[in-house]
Amino acid sequence: MIEQKPDAGQMKEELLAKYPSKVAKKRDSQMVINKVEEEEKVPAILANSRTAPGIITQRGCTYAGCKGVVLGPTRDIVNITHGPIGCGFYSWLTRRNQTDAGVDGDNFMMYSFSSDLHEDNIVFGGEKRLEQTVQEAFDIFHPKAISIFSTCPVGLIGDDVHAVAKRMKEKLGINVFGFSCEGYKGVSQSAGHHIANNQLFRHIVGLDDEVRGQTKFRVNILGEYNIGGDAFVIENLLERCGFEMVASFSGNSTYGSFANSQTADLNVVMCHRSINYVAEMMETKYGIPWFKGNFIGANATAKTLRKMAAFFEDQELSDRTEAVIKEELEKVEVERLKHEARCKGKTAMLFVGGSRAHHYQELFTELGMKTLAAGYEFAHRDDYEGRKVIPTIKVDADSRNIEELHISKDDEKYRKYLAERKERLEAQGYEFRDYKGMMPEMDADSLVIDDISAFETEKLIETWKPDVFCAGVKEKYVIQKMGIPCKQLHNYDVGGPYAGFAGAVNFYKDIDMRVNSPIWKLIQAPWQEAVAA
Amino acid sequence: MALLRHTPKEIKERGALVVNPAKTCQPIGAMYASLGIHGCLPHSHGSQGCCAYHRSTLTRHYKEPVMASTSSFTEGSAVFGGQANLLQALQTIFAVYDPQVIAVHTTCLSETIGDDVPQIIKKSYDEGKIPEGKIVFNASTPSYQGTHVTGYANMVKAMVTRLVKKADVPNGKAVILPGWVEPSDMKEIKRLVSLLGIPFVMFPDTDGVLNTPMTGHHNFYPKGGTKVEDIAKAGDAKHGFSLGHVATQPALEELETKFKVPGTALDLPLGLLATDRFINALRTVYGVAVPEEIDVERGQLVDMMSDMEQYLWGKKVALAGDPDQLITLTEFLKSMGMDVRHIVTGTEGNYVDTRLKELNPEANIKVGGDMFLLHQWIKNEPVDLLISNTYGKYIARDEDIPFLRFGFPILDRQGHQFFPTVGYQGGLYLLEKILGLLMDRQDRDAPESKFELQM
Repeated sequence: MIEQKPDAGQMKEELLAKYPSKVAKKRDSQMVINKVEEEEKVPAILANSRTAPGIITQRGCTYAGCKGVVLGPTRDIVNITHGPIGCGFYSWLTRRNQTDAGVDGDNFMMYSFSSDLHEDNIVFGGEKRLEQTVQEAFDIFHPKAISIFSTCPVGLIGDDVHAVAKRMKEKLGINVFGFSCEGYKGVSQSAGHHIANNQLFRHIVGLDDEVRGQTKFRVNILGEYNIGGDAFVIENLLERCGFEMVASFSGNSTYGSFANSQTADLNVVMCHRSINYVAEMMETKYGIPWFKGNFIGANATAKTLRKMAAFFEDQELSDRTEAVIKEELEKVEVERLKHEARCKGKTAMLFVGGSRAHHYQELFTELGMKTLAAGYEFAHRDDYEGRKVIPTIKVDADSRNIEELHISKDDEKYRKYLAERKERLEAQGYEFRDYKGMMPEMDADSLVIDDISAFETEKLIETWKPDVFCAGVKEKYVIQKMGIPCKQLHNYDVGGPYAGFAGAVNFYKDIDMRVNSPIWKLIQAPWQEAVAA
Repeated sequence: MALLRHTPKEIKERGALVVNPAKTCQPIGAMYASLGIHGCLPHSHGSQGCCAYHRSTLTRHYKEPVMASTSSFTEGSAVFGGQANLLQALQTIFAVYDPQVIAVHTTCLSETIGDDVPQIIKKSYDEGKIPEGKIVFNASTPSYQGTHVTGYANMVKAMVTRLVKKADVPNGKAVILPGWVEPSDMKEIKRLVSLLGIPFVMFPDTDGVLNTPMTGHHNFYPKGGTKVEDIAKAGDAKHGFSLGHVATQPALEELETKFKVPGTALDLPLGLLATDRFINALRTVYGVAVPEEIDVERGQLVDMMSDMEQYLWGKKVALAGDPDQLITLTEFLKSMGMDVRHIVTGTEGNYVDTRLKELNPEANIKVGGDMFLLHQWIKNEPVDLLISNTYGKYIARDEDIPFLRFGFPILDRQGHQFFPTVGYQGGLYLLEKILGLLMDRQDRDAPESKFELQM
């Protein structure tokens, strides 16, 4: 707990002082002291920019964003990593995406498939080996679809994975498609999200037009990856409210649901960073409107459900949704009060992901805790400052390398009535296609840092001593060695779910445990001097 | 409901597709070895993802901080080469993280581009970009050759090439080059050599680096790890011992060729017989008597092996893991009458192939195999015990086999940081674990009439 307000300006100065001048200059524009002016205007931050070599960063690569994040949670595609063995190994089951394939359903998520390139393939090319890999995977597993993920050397040796995919698609008679997601593309996982979005849209979305299930209230949830079972909670809530969930991109998803996703009437975007491209393309091509929702936090969940119901302009749906919200919020409130009493006034820092550092502030607020500092690992300016800044974002060389699909309206499948409904609702103040970003919702004078480094992490903790620090596995044990509990927001410390109402209660409990655990008071033996504060 | 529900019993020959690998890539081994030098920051010359993946995997295995930096390649570096990235990285690292040593390893990206890392490091030295008294060295670890074990071997060999010095003042030390083992094993090896009263230097040494205590403070460079000045002394040592042929024999040979330090290549001292050979080799070279303490430990292990024979004899075992471990683990299991049926390792090599086949002439052995094949073998010929890294848990659950986690990585259990599996003590620990699993299974499955109080 802090007695006086920490000085973000002084902290920033101290952090920058450590760097060589060139690095310091860049970091200067990646650290911002928050200030919220009229119309939610916040200071500009430099984001989605290269990490200086030598900096110990949280960031991973394009392959991780593509294969690991976006395609990882889909259970019935055989995802083949084309490259030396490492990348396929490290992305094997390490993201805790849960799935429910039923008793007999296809589920390849527990498998790691690789073309295992050797030196001779690097020298002479790996296309033949890739072709053979795809053939062998088909012969053994007979999947609905096979995808190919390129790793760093693939681009350099000039393997054309898309040509191989095309050939094999014709030969095998199933969908085969490739991703040029070499690790060095872009500056973080973010480029991989975009590449994944492009290929999902190009190769799968729209292949199946049959409307199954309920014909009304059809929605997709975008940017939800079913870590720790979050998607299960959301699916359950939507069903109880009366929505028909067509597809999830991509927690607990299937190939077939992607192919059918254009039959939904509304897209709700959770992780704006990783999936807004699909939302945008679906709107352009099919006329499906999208809005930015959030199922992290009880209040945010209620708000999102209400907004979803309002879109369909159906009293019965709204009533049913309200009833679910009421029932759930009453249960949540009992738990929340219990934990708030023990957590109120404590402080948190969140440095993680491309939306989680924002979303989870909701839960801390519900616990009466204050966020002192936050930042993303791989987000862009719009995730910090809101989509209103998109026209002003300078496209640098790294972003220019990532393909931008040019989508046009599908005259046959475009649903004009959706666009008309959107227009009507907008006139009533309903906001579509917007994300206000993290900073407008943060306190003035809180510190916002993009792509935080290991050095900055330690310095922040040492100086401001938060009660809990949220990050990922690489940071976790550094933080905890310092006597501060870490809550992992990538894998939830093998906990969760944290989405929806039930998830909020889980999070309250887990944070209560973290910040009130007796363990942190046991670090010193009776004969040891207390570490100087 | 089977977890690995798509794994058929019928085995089809595969020439390209790897499913559920029993290996990973070189750089992670190099990173692990580098952490065994005191004050060293491992540096990954490649894309950010490599470093992130390696740090994450090592962190999940040890539940400890794993610090390492990266050259953060982007498309530009992939086209124009990574020299500028590495030069800038070195400058930033010394300014911000101030290590004593930077151990650079390469990746498939920088190797495919053809970056000349030794030349870039030389340039940095020549241009005065490396602060006085600091050391930067490198190992070449392309991910498309060999495996994680090769990466470890290459980095340990690079330590000999780059860090060992010869002052021509013999210091009588033994150079101990441990294979890829846990911090707990490193500690146990040091204890045994110390008990023999032999002066030694051991590198790498991750004891005190990846098994550190909670103090309320993060030591960016923990107390453990071999100091560079101690590694340097290996050039004037009396004798070198490598523990594990695949992981450290290359370093031993380098020590012999470059510094004329005679060497003995030993197996990893895992199990009774391999530990006997280890103690005996040290004893013979140094002409020392083996202290009673070691004799007692050995006797305790043999005692337990003989007492519990009935629970082990004839039990069928399947193994996946790394070559040096598999060689002496199978020897250990066979010394207790167990029947090793199936063995896979992802790390190819004639040496391991020959040794494993000599030790287990009746077994299914695939050097360069994967865990998918192992699972298929098990489906065709079931076993009583599976020993592998954490990924074996899916097979174990599907086939309802007692499962011992052993090797790298272990992502779902604790203990490997603290409890060794090398030496006689390690043998006791392994044996206790195996017995526990087999006896729990007997207790679980025994009908009422056969349920035993005493075992």
